[in-house]
Amino acid sequence: MSDETLLSARGLCLAFGANRALIDVDVDLWPGEMLAVVGESGSGKTTLLNVLSGRLTPDGGAVWYRDPNGKLHDVHAMPAPDLRALHRSDWGFVHQDPRQNLRMNVTAGGNVGERLMAQGARHYGDIRALAIDWLGQVEIDAGRVDDLPRTFSGGMLQRLQIARTLVTHPRLVFMDEPTGSLDVSVQARLLDLIRNLVTRLKIAAVLVTHDIGVARLLAHRIMVMQRGRVVEAGLTDQVLDDPQHPYTQLLVSSVLQA
Amino acid sequence: MKGYNFAYLDEQTKRMIRRALLKAVAIPGHQIPFGSREMPLPYGWGTGGIQVTASVLGAGDVLKVIDQGADDTTNAVSIRRFFARTAGVRTTTRTADATVIQTRHRIPEQTLRDDQIIVYQVPQPEPLYRLEPSRVETRRMHALADYGLMHVKLYEDIARFGQISISYDYPVMVNQRHLMAPSPIPAFDNPKMNMMPALQLFGAGREKRIYAVPPYTDVRSLDFDDHPFRTIRAPHPCGLCGATDAYLDEVVTDDRGGRLFVCSDTDHCAERRAAGHVGTEGLKEAAE
Repeated sequence: MSDETLLSARGLCLAFGANRALIDVDVDLWPGEMLAVVGESGSGKTTLLNVLSGRLTPDGGAVWYRDPNGKLHDVHAMPAPDLRALHRSDWGFVHQDPRQNLRMNVTAGGNVGERLMAQGARHYGDIRALAIDWLGQVEIDAGRVDDLPRTFSGGMLQRLQIARTLVTHPRLVFMDEPTGSLDVSVQARLLDLIRNLVTRLKIAAVLVTHDIGVARLLAHRIMVMQRGRVVEAGLTDQVLDDPQHPYTQLLVSSVLQA
Repeated sequence: MKGYNFAYLDEQTKRMIRRALLKAVAIPGHQIPFGSREMPLPYGWGTGGIQVTASVLGAGDVLKVIDQGADDTTNAVSIRRFFARTAGVRTTTRTADATVIQTRHRIPEQTLRDDQIIVYQVPQPEPLYRLEPSRVETRRMHALADYGLMHVKLYEDIARFGQISISYDYPVMVNQRHLMAPSPIPAFDNPKMNMMPALQLFGAGREKRIYAVPPYTDVRSLDFDDHPFRTIRAPHPCGLCGATDAYLDEVVTDDRGGRLFVCSDTDHCAERRAAGHVGTEGLKEAAE
């Protein structure tokens, strides 16, 4: 692992009126690493994700991203076209609800191909071949390439969203509860799939989840948030096996042991 | 005409429209908002085109108005008469004689010159409107030249129909920067816009937008490398003048399945016939 961070944030603060969603949050993410952000509902996890990805501007603090050439960019000081270009090439965003990201009236192949075409791919045959290849990688039958997403099940939609996001080989993916809306067996398969893809493609990811099990399975490191503050951070196993903060202890002990 | 300003619109309005036109020419393909006025014809009949024409028309101009290629249909006749009455300008049906051509749905077959202006009537100036419902978002997409979505539409067409199925209002990239709706002209006419010597002005009255393509500007129809843009034309010669390279209208001639294919550009057809070209229909008449 390189000693240079891919993404780092210092002193992030954001308040929605009297509600302080982020209080002095620091984040470091190294290339190829999966960082989980866990915490209860309303603890600022999703807000943190939105601030890190430049979708929300913080009241204080800054986020830096290191591009493939080693140059640092202040995410919130970047010109809008550059940020947009980053979002459709180097970065990806996986939503909890795949319908937010997918175009429901465009076929599966078109959905997977959109990022390629936005980057300037202009060869139909190549785009289609790559789309079919990616459907295979997320375990969707190649015969469904011309079907509309609305004919897909929830788990398939989520996998289609992942294919659509990863097709351009992003270096950094933001995931907001990717397994949140799925039933347990589908969740398990999807987690397996994400873990394999992320390891194989060496993608770094920030994963927001309220599910300690998901974090334990996927993440190298973990951050525990409570009311906008990071109360504990460290290696996943370390934090979950030996929680120091009372809130983390509560979180860990509240998980049913199978 | 007494009681009206020259060419119907008051001078302040023309000034406002000309300012929008200058901006539009400066940024080829970019939509400029303007304060569209109510005109004495309904939306969809060319309120945008007629305002642009009124603003560029001078006393010495010769006006031609085309509706679906024809000079003799309601829209063409009434707009031509409107300007003959309100501006007193000369009107013509001959493409070569006109200095200003207002058109709906067609570009004349005859190559336009650099001393001519062609004004398009545009119902929907936003090429992305069927794909992205939010105008805030489409404006952002134009600003960032983020046109992947338009190619998704072309991709979908090929995936579903085996070819790009857009036959009119085929999206074009102007000056390698702005995605533009060429108004509902057939895709057949798209290549004529590329490097056209004449100034092309577009007016959308209901949508309150003006845009333009300056003379000799690069206008490219979107396509894929392995599915190149191609024009579609009915595979017949014109029944009246025998033209094999002009865009054709299909005319139902009787209730027993009779069909006649004729040039959609009536002036082009008439000139060819005057020059001695004869189609199958003309030969039949001569035989009778």
